[in-house]
Amino acid sequence: MTGVSDSLVIATREVIRGLREKSRLFGSIARPVVWLFLLGTGLRGSFGGVAGVDYIHYIFPGILVMNILFASIMAGTSIIWDREFGFLKEILVAPVSRISIAVGKTLGGSIMSTIQGLIVLVFYPFIGIRLSIAQLTLTLCCMFLISFCITALGILIAVRMRSFEGFGVMNNFVVMPMFFLSGAMYPINHVPVWIKILTRVNPVYYCVDLVRPVMLGLTPDNSIWANLGFLGVFATIVLGIAVFLFRLEGS
Amino acid sequence: MSKNIIEVCGLVKKFESIIAVNKAGFNVEEGEIFGFLGPNGAGKSTTIKLLCTILKQNEGSVHINGYNTLSQPHRVRESVGIIFQDPSLDNNLTVVENLYFHAKLYHVPGRLIKERIEEALELVDMSERGNSLVRTLSGGMKRRVEIARGMLHAPRLLFLDEPTIGLDPQTRKQVWEYIGELRTKKGMTMFLTTHYMEEAEICSRIAIMDQGRIIALDTPGNLKRMVGGDVVTIKTGNPSGIKSQLDVNPGLQCEIIDNETIRIILSDSGKSIPTLFEKFGDEIREIDVKKTTLEDVFIKLTGRKIREEEGNAHRDRTKNFMKMRKEA
Repeated sequence: MTGVSDSLVIATREVIRGLREKSRLFGSIARPVVWLFLLGTGLRGSFGGVAGVDYIHYIFPGILVMNILFASIMAGTSIIWDREFGFLKEILVAPVSRISIAVGKTLGGSIMSTIQGLIVLVFYPFIGIRLSIAQLTLTLCCMFLISFCITALGILIAVRMRSFEGFGVMNNFVVMPMFFLSGAMYPINHVPVWIKILTRVNPVYYCVDLVRPVMLGLTPDNSIWANLGFLGVFATIVLGIAVFLFRLEGS
Repeated sequence: MSKNIIEVCGLVKKFESIIAVNKAGFNVEEGEIFGFLGPNGAGKSTTIKLLCTILKQNEGSVHINGYNTLSQPHRVRESVGIIFQDPSLDNNLTVVENLYFHAKLYHVPGRLIKERIEEALELVDMSERGNSLVRTLSGGMKRRVEIARGMLHAPRLLFLDEPTIGLDPQTRKQVWEYIGELRTKKGMTMFLTTHYMEEAEICSRIAIMDQGRIIALDTPGNLKRMVGGDVVTIKTGNPSGIKSQLDVNPGLQCEIIDNETIRIILSDSGKSIPTLFEKFGDEIREIDVKKTTLEDVFIKLTGRKIREEEGNAHRDRTKNFMKMRKEA
């Protein structure tokens, strides 16, 4: 039981810190606005509609996932800052299991990136999407799940990193491709096989496939359970490896 | 005999090809202030990290409060407090939030937390700043908050790794006062490292470390006696007369430097000088006493000064930092 409360303590810290950084919180509004209205409006001219829905509507869930993706990676990799400023030591020498640390960090980070997702979500009425209360609730649940999976990935990436300089590289070579191969901006039916294969191992693809049908009432590529299953297994494995690497620390 | 709170046996820690700690062994008794003294890079911080489970040793064993650091790290962590060499507070949290977080992680019962935090802040004179964000505090204040944090879970043993490094002399003095107060009020055993000689004087026992080895371990008084004693130089019109009278005492070294100077080695100059004056008061024109310091002990043991390396160490750190940036 102490393990759970330890995680909650660590998560609380993340949330307090996150809420205090108002500029970052609201700064995250800029990116989706640019993508949605500038890129989206531009591409709509060529695409028209996808799968029978307006292109702006089609990419809205994708943009939502994008914001969560970036926020979650940032949240996960904040562990590098903790290391840089010495706070990680304070956590590592506390009588707290490595699992609690990883889960707490992930939980706190995912709460924060869900909030950043919310900042995008509130735009839905303005672009003409209608959501029932049930849809809205489901969307929120999906957002949290997505946040959790990606934050866990961020932690795994960061756990062995000793400085923030590698972050830019990682961002360009891991995060951006994950976004482009997610189906957020275009449907991935008419793509070469190798892209299709990459897509199938990309967690963000399952995130988009989970949340888009919920919001737009489209038929998903995979069943909801397959998406949930993949993400659940993904988060467990990723956190497991992160905890393992944490345990190695110091030897 | 009192109980050993720390038992270290044959401790070895290697970083690739470098041996940072080389077969260190020592015990610390409950209630002691145990000091680790040595130049930068001697292996002091590594030893502390091994003792408080941040690092794992290659060989040897460590028991803290009877718990093995490798097989029971949780138990060890619960029972010790650590004040790190580098700052380890969350700059974006307030002082009280930092302390609260710590208390929670160390499972201090909820009803005690508020009281403990108030008490700890009072001890380091930081009650006024409880709601300040840590990043707005000065270096000395941060240190004080860390000391307050170290005592929150009432550990029986407190590790202090260079607690005064980088602080100005006045703040350093203050920090030692707080640490002293902590010890008298809470009866904690303290294990500290320092490369400031004067600061090591407060220790009950000192281990001198150099290049990963413990080269001496004793009370400050005994260590200084190894060197011989305080050097008393007397200017007088009659050096040979004084010498002939002093030579009667066996074991007293004295030596005529020139026709008006005589040098005597005394193990306890504070007590012996009045006797000198009683005997030769009329003949002494000038007297100069050079007290033995731990620095002298270090020089005697290694042939080097401790402080010489301080500047280098700083440069190394800058260099490492630059290297880190380049590699990344």
